[in-house]
Amino acid sequence: MSRPPVRAVARRLGAGLVVLWVAATAAYLALLAAPGDTVDNIVADGADTPQIRAEIIAEWGLERPVILQYLDYLRRLGGGDLGRSYLLQRPVAEVIGEQIAPTLTLAVAAAGLGVLLALLIAVATAGDRRPWLRRVSSGAELLLVSTPPFLIGLLLLSVLSFRCGLFPVSGDQGIAALVLPAVTLALPIAGLLAQVLRDGIDKALDEPFVLTARARGVRERTVLVRHALRHALLPAVTLAGWLFGILLGGAVIVEQVFGRPGLGQVTLTAVTTRDMPVVLAVVTLSAAVYVAVNTVADLAYLLVDPRLRRS
Amino acid sequence: MTVTLGPPLTDAPTRLLADPTAPTVRRRLRPRPGLLAAGAYLILLVVAAAWPAVLAPGDPLAADPLAVLNPPDAAHWLGTDHLGRDVWTRVVHGAGHSLTIGVAATVLAVAGGVLLGLLAGLTHRVADEALSRTFDALSAFPMLLLALLFIAVAGPGTASLIVAIGIATLPHYARVVRGQTLVVRRAGFVEQAVTFGQSRPRLVLRHVLPNVVGPVPVLAVIGLGEAILAAAGLSFLGMGPQPPSPEWGAMLSEGRNYLQVAWWISILPGLAVTATVVSLTVVGRHWQARFDGRRR
Repeated sequence: MSRPPVRAVARRLGAGLVVLWVAATAAYLALLAAPGDTVDNIVADGADTPQIRAEIIAEWGLERPVILQYLDYLRRLGGGDLGRSYLLQRPVAEVIGEQIAPTLTLAVAAAGLGVLLALLIAVATAGDRRPWLRRVSSGAELLLVSTPPFLIGLLLLSVLSFRCGLFPVSGDQGIAALVLPAVTLALPIAGLLAQVLRDGIDKALDEPFVLTARARGVRERTVLVRHALRHALLPAVTLAGWLFGILLGGAVIVEQVFGRPGLGQVTLTAVTTRDMPVVLAVVTLSAAVYVAVNTVADLAYLLVDPRLRRS
Repeated sequence: MTVTLGPPLTDAPTRLLADPTAPTVRRRLRPRPGLLAAGAYLILLVVAAAWPAVLAPGDPLAADPLAVLNPPDAAHWLGTDHLGRDVWTRVVHGAGHSLTIGVAATVLAVAGGVLLGLLAGLTHRVADEALSRTFDALSAFPMLLLALLFIAVAGPGTASLIVAIGIATLPHYARVVRGQTLVVRRAGFVEQAVTFGQSRPRLVLRHVLPNVVGPVPVLAVIGLGEAILAAAGLSFLGMGPQPPSPEWGAMLSEGRNYLQVAWWISILPGLAVTATVVSLTVVGRHWQARFDGRRR
């Protein structure tokens, strides 16, 4: 048993923290660059007197130098405080907390379905066995990856909801209302993941260990699933961060198509009303989760592949 | 006697012996209907963007209250929308919007990416580290959310979309160029140029840059497809060109309310987006395969 690769782990954690800091700073710079006075944004359509303005400036600490405000922002962010919404006059964490459940449900369902589909497609079409099947599925994957998610959603709606009446058109009541949004979000994921997995399986099938397994008389299906697929899963893990980004960005669009409540609706409302603290929080939070997911994937890699511990 | 042992260990020579029409030979002779179709579609798209009147002489904004929500027929062969505007005319005129946004965003991303990538690859380690972490941080934001953040600051519209998508896709090119630069700067011909006392700008422009940008055009073609897809998504959310502009994503968004009675308003512009992205990917991949083959 070798000693734990403390330095490699520490380096990856450190890199993750630095990326987070840069991301938070970039988001803060965006806030500074926003045109119009912050006070104007907070006042919005409410009562506007010099006294109220002075109160707002004092309450949000806007009279202090920018660098102090920035440090304060970082400190609060580090403590998990995401700020207050200009528009709703409530803590952003509360707003996001209320709306995250439907988005999370959608994302988990879509990710599960997408990964499952990708695994099935990849295992069914890898290798040299059925070239026609492979060509068909490559074409289908290209089509799925290239189709805007809202088009997939609208097609499903138009055929399955309006023509056949199988699923509700909108809302978030029950499992039936989750099916179409989850499928919409899962299809592009399945398309790309299947391509990556199949490439991985094809590469693994050329490796000597597959020959060894076949020589031992292992059944072809077992060779595929037990030996080749396992190998192909490793590079697919690096896509975890990408997957998360697709899920979040896709959720914004899919929630809009199917009229589902959730984080996407919160974000869109915040963008159109220039409620910067909410936009900032959603964006920073998503970057944080992305970094966390990627760091965990990196660490998992270290755990699985000893060659990486040295570099 | 045939015993299946899986793929032979050394594949190339055996394959040539066993099968005279080996994939390498066959590939060169096989006609490529997919590639041809993709190329033809892209040419059509450029024509539609540059001279829309050639394909659709009508006015994309002309409403006809007597022909509202008409299904596809001889007069309006992709039907009409809720204001009686001809869908075909609008789809054709929309090509300009989508291509302009996609191309401008990609040009911005490529130019910025090449510049910053060169800078990171050629300068001091500290600057390289700072730039690389910035690329990492930029790619930590999901692309759509980064674009939304930018739009929240700058407001919706065509220019915002271009810059937002440009910034979001820039790190991709910057990373590739940085990696290439790190290799090229150690190459013999660069060292030799330094020995001959060439000035630094000349060194970078004459010797480093041409050897660094090789893979960029191929990436840019595939990236253009992604940029167009992202632009359609953002304008679907109402962040792009505002109605009544015939932008594809915006058309989908408008037509969505009439999906039950008139699918053609929203589905057809969506298919135009899909066809564009598929064509760009097909052409890009083909080019990439040839490029990789040439390098090997």
